[in-house]
Amino acid sequence: MRKLALRDEILLSVEKPARYIGGEINSVVKNIADISLRFAFVFPDVYEIGMSHLGMQILYDMFNRREDVWCERVFSPWVDLDKIMREQKIPLFALESQDPIRDFDFIGVTLQYELCYSNVLQILDLAQVPLLAADRCESDPIVIGGGPCAYNPEPLAAFFDLFYIGEGETVYDELFDLYEQCRAEQAPRDDFLRRASKIPGIYVPSLYAVTYREDGTIASFLPKEPDVPAVIEKQVVMDLSSAPYPEKPVVPYMKVTQDRVVLEIQRGCIRGCRFCQAGMIYRPTRERSLDSLKEHASRMLSATGHEEISLSSLSSSDYSELGELVGFLMEECQSRKINISLPSLRIDSFSLDVMSKVQDVRKSSLTFAPEAGSQRMRDVINKGLTEEVILQGASEAFRGGWNKVKLYFMLGLPYETDPDRRAIAHLADAIARKYYELPKEERNGKCQITVSTSFFVPKPFTPFQWASMHPAGDYLGFAKTVNHEIKETLNHKSIRYNWHQADVTLLEGVFARGDRRVASVILDAYRHGALYDAWTEFWNYDRYLDAFARTGLDMDFYTTRERGEDEIFPWDFIHIGVTKQFLKKEWQKAKEASVTPNCRQKCSGCGAGCYGGGVCVESKG
Amino acid sequence: MLKVRVRFSKKGNMKFIGHLDVMRYFQKTIRRAGLDVTYTEGFSPHMIMSFASPLGTGLTSDAEYMDMELQTPVSSKEAIERLNQAGTEELLVTGFVRIPEGRADKAMTLVAAADYTLRFRKGRMPEPDWKSGFSSFFAQEHIPVMKKTKRSEKEVDIRPMIYEWFLDEDTLFLQLAAGSVENLKPELVLDTYLDALGVPSDPFAYEINRREIYADIGTDGSRHLKSLYDLGTEIVL
Repeated sequence: MRKLALRDEILLSVEKPARYIGGEINSVVKNIADISLRFAFVFPDVYEIGMSHLGMQILYDMFNRREDVWCERVFSPWVDLDKIMREQKIPLFALESQDPIRDFDFIGVTLQYELCYSNVLQILDLAQVPLLAADRCESDPIVIGGGPCAYNPEPLAAFFDLFYIGEGETVYDELFDLYEQCRAEQAPRDDFLRRASKIPGIYVPSLYAVTYREDGTIASFLPKEPDVPAVIEKQVVMDLSSAPYPEKPVVPYMKVTQDRVVLEIQRGCIRGCRFCQAGMIYRPTRERSLDSLKEHASRMLSATGHEEISLSSLSSSDYSELGELVGFLMEECQSRKINISLPSLRIDSFSLDVMSKVQDVRKSSLTFAPEAGSQRMRDVINKGLTEEVILQGASEAFRGGWNKVKLYFMLGLPYETDPDRRAIAHLADAIARKYYELPKEERNGKCQITVSTSFFVPKPFTPFQWASMHPAGDYLGFAKTVNHEIKETLNHKSIRYNWHQADVTLLEGVFARGDRRVASVILDAYRHGALYDAWTEFWNYDRYLDAFARTGLDMDFYTTRERGEDEIFPWDFIHIGVTKQFLKKEWQKAKEASVTPNCRQKCSGCGAGCYGGGVCVESKG
Repeated sequence: MLKVRVRFSKKGNMKFIGHLDVMRYFQKTIRRAGLDVTYTEGFSPHMIMSFASPLGTGLTSDAEYMDMELQTPVSSKEAIERLNQAGTEELLVTGFVRIPEGRADKAMTLVAAADYTLRFRKGRMPEPDWKSGFSSFFAQEHIPVMKKTKRSEKEVDIRPMIYEWFLDEDTLFLQLAAGSVENLKPELVLDTYLDALGVPSDPFAYEINRREIYADIGTDGSRHLKSLYDLGTEIVL
């Protein structure tokens, strides 16, 4: 029996003890005597969420392929255990060995969404590691951050020794080798960090100095030493098909959010929606080969025993061999009695045909993401989807037997006006009309249209990185406009409307585009109890307003302020291929509601061509 | 098609895994082991399986049971090997038998009794003379206990549901009524005994292990218990 960090009494008194015991099928256990580097891979949210994350599975597998490295998993203890660990001073442990992670070489934190920042501090705090990088000593682990939020690492800069900017598959080997070399030379921590800063993609925040103008914007952002690079190159895997992919993903005992095999078919997106960060930072779009996907799918299904497989990508319909892939999966899954889930498919005759074969149309719903209600707004955000195409898809779906449709929109977009918001209601109504146009005998009762809106948060490295947010009070008004207009429509009884909380949007905005000074707000809010901010039941806006007041920072500076076209942004030191010049051009085109073609239609010279691969070369043969 | 019964133990850290998760675990393990079992029809096929009696979180067991249907026959020996190769040793498959059609093929409805052992966790044992009262406790004709149901509290006599007991050093053995008609939880027996001694109840005091689950095959109204495993026969191909 593996030893556990927590006593039976504790495990039996907390909710879902399976979160903390490890030992899952395919989890990796190594002998301490055989390894020289211990890596704690942290997902700063609860187990069920973290275990559903593909990136963690990829890196866990990749790190553990090295004989000298043992990578283990760590998740945020739920609030019940959090309390017990604080009271009894139990140090945070990794699932596999159940050993305290303060004794590890690295604590690596994946940063998937801004609202996990308070949980990052919880992890360090429970681990009994100093929260501020500046307070750490030689015996403390190296704390490294990665993931999409690391594209603007500045709000967290004070808490991390290093950031890894970009896709994890490229330079971790180099970093681990350097770490082992430094240890052999007995080089001090600072020396290791200084040498690590020269590895492409590695950012050491303590080696950079930021100065500010009187108006609060950045005056300069410069390395403190001449040998430290001024620009950090995002890491990108150009040959995705031969990049490591987990053969035996860990199979949780308890039910997790994503309880299935996940097959990442491509990275990046050709579409260029102007609000979408993933669509810019993962450029250029790169596909995995059909053969490699077939092999991964079969292996992972056999190694996990999962009853479902799902495709993962930003826009699966753009995968060039989707037909063959889906054909293969349908055959494979039928013989294995496995379900297929096909998210992010455009609704057209191909996808409707496929979906009618793999799911019960009467029970399932179809999802459209028009993102904006009016055609003008869809042009502003460069969502290349017309009302005609949406209605055509809905119509075909209704004839195919579906009667449930989900529609996703954003509110608070740049250049959005009241008529644009009301157009959301009109589009939902037009879709319902398509249903009721069907002869009665072809219908299946009433149709159910669910409209959901989220509030737009401007993100770094998008054309909308210059956009101002709205005053806190405005957001719910936008939702009310939509709600009111829906009630006025002919088919309002067939339309349900859900909207999100508004105040949390502003905080996401602060963290997304914040600078180094924001760290004090995060620290203050954490000290005053902030934790699990992404969970509605624990979210407390006032706690953050108080934190701003106590630290003397101005929230409006990060949210509603108009940003100048030539302002130096906190994240400008990162080079993602896509140039600031291109983003600025797109920002101007948004103002004119002018559409930019997708990467396969025409190259718009965004800059990602510098990587010499993916969709950038495919169009040229 | 072949109806089979799987016996497995639940030990060590697996005691923290709830009943539903054990079901999910076996669905995945059977897939990994490549056993050809029967599924329901339709868009999302499910493995046809039924569990004898859910075990509470925190309890261990030597003998848990699950029934399923094989499409392609496999020998008991090979099935056990393949399942254990694909699974964890703390949920170890220890038996795999064919069960006849008819009454014996419904594990869930068959259950009539179960054996348990109870011990105190380290440092949780009451005063030295805690064992002295067992003989007179079990000698009572009636042992009334207030049982809470969803709506009300009512008095239940648990004595008829206690079939056997003995003490082996510091371990208490109990054979108790189990199943859908009458079911007695072992901790309730020990709680009631300690309560009468004036020892305050402590939810984390006991380590409980289920040792066996029985069907009642008595025909003339008298009890004749046979383990669920013994109702089946080994598969030899």
